[in-house]
Amino acid sequence: MSDYSLKTMMNKPERLAPGHRMCAGCGAPIVVRAVLRTLHEGDHAVVGNATGCLEVSTFMYPYTSYKDSYIHNAFENAGATMSGVETAYHVLKKKGKIPADENFRFITFGGDGGTYDIGFQSLSGAMERGHDMTYVCYDNGAYMNTGIQRSSATPMFADTTTTPAGKESNGKVQYRKDLTAILAEHYIPYAAQTTLTRDFRDLHRTAEKAVYTAGPTFLNVMAPCPRGWRYPAEDIMEICRLAVETCYWPLFEVDHGNWKLSYEPKHKLPIEDFLRTQGRFRHLFKPGNEHLIELFQKEVDKRWEDLQYRCARGQI
Amino acid sequence: MSEKAIKERMSGNEAVAYAIRQVEPDVMPAFPITPSTEIPQMVSTYIANGQMDTDFIPVESEHSAMSAAIGSEAAGARTMTATSSAGLALMWEELLLAASNRLPIVLTLVNRTLSGPININCDHSDGMGARDTGWIQIYAEDNQEAYDNYIQAFPIAEDSRVHLPVMVCMDGFITSHAVMNISLLEDAAVKKFAGEYHPEEFMLDAEHPVSVGPYAISHYEMEAKRAQEAAMERAKEVILEVGKRYGEMSGRSYGLFEKYRTEDAEFIMLIMGSAAGTAKQAVDELRESGVKAGVLKLRVFRPFPEKEIAEAVKNCRALAIMDRCESYNGNSGPLGSEVTAGLYRNRVFIHAVNYIYGLGGRDFTTEDVKQVFEELKETADGRLAEQQHKYIGLRE
Repeated sequence: MSDYSLKTMMNKPERLAPGHRMCAGCGAPIVVRAVLRTLHEGDHAVVGNATGCLEVSTFMYPYTSYKDSYIHNAFENAGATMSGVETAYHVLKKKGKIPADENFRFITFGGDGGTYDIGFQSLSGAMERGHDMTYVCYDNGAYMNTGIQRSSATPMFADTTTTPAGKESNGKVQYRKDLTAILAEHYIPYAAQTTLTRDFRDLHRTAEKAVYTAGPTFLNVMAPCPRGWRYPAEDIMEICRLAVETCYWPLFEVDHGNWKLSYEPKHKLPIEDFLRTQGRFRHLFKPGNEHLIELFQKEVDKRWEDLQYRCARGQI
Repeated sequence: MSEKAIKERMSGNEAVAYAIRQVEPDVMPAFPITPSTEIPQMVSTYIANGQMDTDFIPVESEHSAMSAAIGSEAAGARTMTATSSAGLALMWEELLLAASNRLPIVLTLVNRTLSGPININCDHSDGMGARDTGWIQIYAEDNQEAYDNYIQAFPIAEDSRVHLPVMVCMDGFITSHAVMNISLLEDAAVKKFAGEYHPEEFMLDAEHPVSVGPYAISHYEMEAKRAQEAAMERAKEVILEVGKRYGEMSGRSYGLFEKYRTEDAEFIMLIMGSAAGTAKQAVDELRESGVKAGVLKLRVFRPFPEKEIAEAVKNCRALAIMDRCESYNGNSGPLGSEVTAGLYRNRVFIHAVNYIYGLGGRDFTTEDVKQVFEELKETADGRLAEQQHKYIGLRE
């Protein structure tokens, strides 16, 4: 597939049925629809899911939104669960217990809680063992399902319910974990970081590559949450654009060890442009807090430089 | 007609690994923990030598072992694992999910105490800790029973009336590592008995996709749990059918428990696992000196056959209920609670004393058994005030 135009992609069949209960303006179901859209015609999938907003909103007994087979097991074990499914496929095919001409792909979705934190060991294990599966993290930067508690994916200074901004607090103290890089360091065949922007071209491209690359692959997709980030539902696409243009969320891929930027902003925008769109950073714009934004900018700059260095090295 | 027997000498772990090779399930995810480690090791060796066609998943924890087992079983593959102690404790959340998703996974539990203090030896605190997870639990006295129980586990678990996971339990080191004579069956006979696994619904059925593991609102949750309990109730008849069918094949039939010299017994010891062998030996010796003692060896702990137990002990004067596990409830161990509740519910009002024994591998000898019977007699004769929760073999 080479044509990732919005028109072409949107004409593909939907594999996540409408009528689920996710919020308006939430990134997660957009991610799921986009990733599943890249499945080739005639191919089947088993979709996995860590406990979280997506799971409780798309498979509420007796209704399921999934047209493919689907499994939710628990919060911290989506990686291990799918590794079992994939192994079953391998062995049943080998033993001739399922038709040889049926092609299944294995795609697991988890939020940042289920991926960066509680499910990290299970994910790392599944990736290291080399299962032929794709793990997609919809990263909305906090435990949104339980009510916006901080995660290791939460950006510094974000106001969450366990890192509230207050008289003695500027929100979360720590920087965020760079999970895409950590997964790339597992030396898996393919890892990429993307989000909902630029007509989803990068999302569709990286998703198809992840789903159809043999072996374990990882996709980290920034998926804003209107409740947690505090923005009007219609602003989601603009927020994603600004995350990329400020280099807060650079688009890149690591294809068989080769680091490559998927998009390079012509003029890197100041981080305020991204922060200003969200209520969780409102306290940073109070007079006297300018130094906090400076600190945030410094970290973004440092990580962007690191990434550029890795990508430059990849091209030598 | 009985199948041909193969005489061998094996440890319990070897016997179970041998049974696994014969059943040849599709997938085994496992993580090592003493004293069950040998089972995944031996299975890996069988696979490496081309002696069985099973995919082994070397997961990074027991939680992931059960998680992968759930994924694999739901996908349509016959799946099993093995663990002990802390490994089972780490699986706990997933044990509940395996049962509630009605997945007939088979787990070999090599019983070992739970920390702390950390200790690698036998007691039943791991299995008893998982007693309310919805798994069928079958306990073995020795390596022969571990082998036989393992082969029966799949037909029980996969029966359409049941659809529940089964834990095949044997005592750590005492059974798992001690080598004994054993009578094995031929591969073809085991394969035939275990049958092929044909799940009604599975995720890799491309024509009929299925969603597994729903969120259920209060409107549905209670019915789901009730259906699970009903399956556990039905499991009893299936266990008996399979035990009988196994007997027809092997010459060794199995029920819910074994009654050893209980018919005319004035005093009965209810016990589970390897210590039943010690109890039987002591009973033989006591019988020679005229004491009417007997042993009720519980095999099936889940579903709990309380009615059958009450019926079996109703004519004795006093019953010792032996727990290789403490419950920390201030009154009794797990069997102490459940058996006495069962006696009451079935209107059997006999003396019943709950003993805690053998924790963390503490020796349990024929002398201990004789002391228990002596105390039972004194209690029944009114010479010893009835204590309902006692320790035997404890250093004062």
